[in-house]
Amino acid sequence: MTTASNTSADPASKVPEAEQPNQFNVQIANGEASSAFAQKRLFQLRPKDKGNNPRGPWKTAFSRLLRDKLAVASFVFLAAIVLSTASATYYADHISQTDPFQSNLDGQIEINGDPAEIMAADSEGLGLGVTPIGPTWTGQYLLGADAQGRDVAARLLYGGQNSLIVAFASTALCLVLAGVIGTVSGFLGGIVDTILSRLLDIIWAFPIYLLAISLSIVLISTGLQIGPFHIPSNSLLLPITIIGVVYVPYVARPIRGQVLTLAKSDFVLASVCLGMPTARILVRDILPNVVTTLIVFAPIMMSLSILTESSLSFLSIGVQPPAASWGTIIQDGQGLLYTRPLVAIAPGLAIIITVLCLNFLGDGVKDAFDPKAKLRVGKG
Amino acid sequence: MSDNILEIRDLTVGFRTEQGPVEILKGVSFDVKAGEIVSVVGESGSGKSMTSLAVMRLITDPNAMISGTIRYKGRNLPGLSAREMRKLRGRQIAMIFQDPMTALTPVHTIGWQIAEQMRVHLGLGAKVARKRSVELLGKMGIPDPERAYDRYPHHLSGGMRQRAMIAMAISCDPAILIADEPTTALDVTVQAQILDLLQDLRREYGSSIILITHDMGVVSTIADRVLVMYSGRIIEHGAKSDLLDKPQHPYTLGLMRSIPPMTGERPRRLPSIPGSPPLPGKRPEGCSFRPRCEFSFSKCSAVPPLYRCNEQFAACFLAEHGSHQWQRNLAEERTAK
Repeated sequence: MTTASNTSADPASKVPEAEQPNQFNVQIANGEASSAFAQKRLFQLRPKDKGNNPRGPWKTAFSRLLRDKLAVASFVFLAAIVLSTASATYYADHISQTDPFQSNLDGQIEINGDPAEIMAADSEGLGLGVTPIGPTWTGQYLLGADAQGRDVAARLLYGGQNSLIVAFASTALCLVLAGVIGTVSGFLGGIVDTILSRLLDIIWAFPIYLLAISLSIVLISTGLQIGPFHIPSNSLLLPITIIGVVYVPYVARPIRGQVLTLAKSDFVLASVCLGMPTARILVRDILPNVVTTLIVFAPIMMSLSILTESSLSFLSIGVQPPAASWGTIIQDGQGLLYTRPLVAIAPGLAIIITVLCLNFLGDGVKDAFDPKAKLRVGKG
Repeated sequence: MSDNILEIRDLTVGFRTEQGPVEILKGVSFDVKAGEIVSVVGESGSGKSMTSLAVMRLITDPNAMISGTIRYKGRNLPGLSAREMRKLRGRQIAMIFQDPMTALTPVHTIGWQIAEQMRVHLGLGAKVARKRSVELLGKMGIPDPERAYDRYPHHLSGGMRQRAMIAMAISCDPAILIADEPTTALDVTVQAQILDLLQDLRREYGSSIILITHDMGVVSTIADRVLVMYSGRIIEHGAKSDLLDKPQHPYTLGLMRSIPPMTGERPRRLPSIPGSPPLPGKRPEGCSFRPRCEFSFSKCSAVPPLYRCNEQFAACFLAEHGSHQWQRNLAEERTAK
C-alpha cells in the first residue's frame, strides 16, 4: 500500500531515476515502444520506498495476533465489557434512574403500568421478612435489587469499573516492579542480586492469598503510609498496591532468568567489545528483549489480579463499601442465594467471562510475541 | 618505540579452580605492527580466544588471574580504568565474533546497531550516523544498503550478518580489529568474500587485524604473519610464507600435513596428529606437545624456549641448531612431486 501511495504522490521526482540505465529499463525499452507505459511499469517493479522491507518484529507479532481468531474475539469481548462498565454513570442516570450507592428500601417502580414494591414483604411464613424485587428484564432493576434495594445491574457496571481498574493498575504496577527488579538483579548480579532475590523469596514463601489477605486486613484498618503519602483505607490504591506487590516474584523470577541468559549472550558481549556504556546496554540491548516477556505476562497477570481482587472484596477486605466491585456484589448476593440467586450469579458470570477472555487473549499474545517461550505462570 | 601498535609480553592467564590454579595461557608474547594481518592458529582450547579476550579485558571471572603487559600504543591496557578501557573498545580496538547469528541484538535493525556505535563513540547526530552507516553497509558489499539499514538481523543471511558485524566493528575506524574465527560459521563462498573484505579493510583503513582461526586455508589466504598456539603457549611464529613452507615445530608440521594435498596422488587417509591436546590442568612436564610428538627425545622433558630459526621462531629443541633433518626430507618430498 505504501508502494501505491508513494508512486502516485510524487511521480515527477521519480522520472530521472527511471532514465538511469538499469536492467529493467533496458529490457522494457527493447520490448515496448511506449516509454510512458514502460516507466509506469518500472515504478511498480522497483519501488524505492521502505515498504518493501520485511516487517519488523512488532508488526509481525501483531499481525500474527490478528490471525488468532479466538484472541481477537476475546479482545472484542473485553472491549465490550470495558465500554459497558465505562458507561455505568450513564446507565445509572438514564436507564436505571436510581442511585446504586444509596439503599432504597421503600421505593416503588412501575412494571408495565403496575406499581411494584422494590422490597416486597414475604407472603410465606410469618410474613416478617422482605424479598428484594427480582429481575424485571426492563429498564429499571433489570437484574433485580440486592438486599438494600439497590439496582444490581447498575452496581454490576460500577463494580466492573472498579474491578477492571484495580486489575489493570495492579498488573501495571506488578509488571513495572518485576521488570525493574528482574532486570537489575539479573544484570548486576552479585550482592544486589542476592538481596533482591531473597526479598522475592520472602514474598514467594507465603501463599498468595494468605499474604494478600493478611496485608489487606492490616492495611484496611489503618491505611498505608509510604513516606509522605498516605493511602486511606477506602482508596482503590490499597488493593492495587497489595495485589501488584504480591504477584511480583512470579514475574520477576522468569525475567531475572531471562536477563541472566541475555547478559551472557553474544550480542551483549559484542556491545561490551564495542565499548558501549553499561547503562546503554541495559536499556538498548536487554530491556527490549525483556519487554516481550512482560507483554506476554500482562493478560495472564490481569486475569489473576481480577480473581484476587474479587476474592479480597468478597471477604470485604478489598474494595470498600459503598464502592462496589464484582467481589462485593457476590458478597451482597450471598444472603439472597435462595431467593434471588441472580444477584450473586451475575457478577460471578462477569468475572468468569472476563477471566476467560483474558486467558484466551493471553494465549494468543504468547503465541504471537514469544512463540518459543517456555514460560509458565504459576497459579496462586 | 618501533612501529608496533600492540605489544604483548608474558601474558599469563590462570583460573583458580578447586584443584588449584590452572594456567590457560603461559607467557604469551607477540607484537602486532600497524597495518599487519596477524593470524593466530591452533586447536580448540589452545588459548587463541583467551588471548583476544585478555586483550579486550573481557575476562571478568573473579577467579581469573591475569599477569603480563599488553601495550597498545604505549599504554598498558591492564592498568587502565574501566572507563578508559570502555572508551578504547570499539574506538581503538574492535572485535568481530564467530557467530553473526547471535552477536547482533535481535530487537533492533542492523542499521540502528551500527549507528548507535558511532553515536556513542563519535557523538554523531542521528542523521549523520544513519548516512555513514548506510555508506559503511554499502562498502561492506551489502546490496541496497539504504534498505538493508532498516532490516532486522533475522531478515539477513549469515554472510550479510557477518558483513553487518564487520561494519559495526569498523564504524569508528579502530586501529586494531580482532576477528575471532570470523568465517567459521559461514559457508565457503561467503568465507572467501569476507576474507576479501578484511583485506580491503586493511588496504583502505590501514587497520591491523588479529585473525583468530583454526583454518589453515584462511591463514594462507590473507595472513602476513602467523602465530601457532598450542596448549596456552606460542610454539611457533614467523612470516606466513616461511612458516607454511618450512614449519619448524613438529606440531605445525602435523597441521600442515593434515591438509589434503592439491596435487598428486590422493592419500588414502590423511595423516593426523595422534591423541588430543592435554587439558589445561593436566599438561605434561616440559614440552606439552611431547606425548603426541613423533620426534620427542630426552631433552623434551624441559620446557623449550623459542629458538630462532632463520626468520622464524619455534619452541622446540629440534630447532635449537637451525633447520633440522625432517625439514629437508619434506622439502625433497615436495620437489619430487
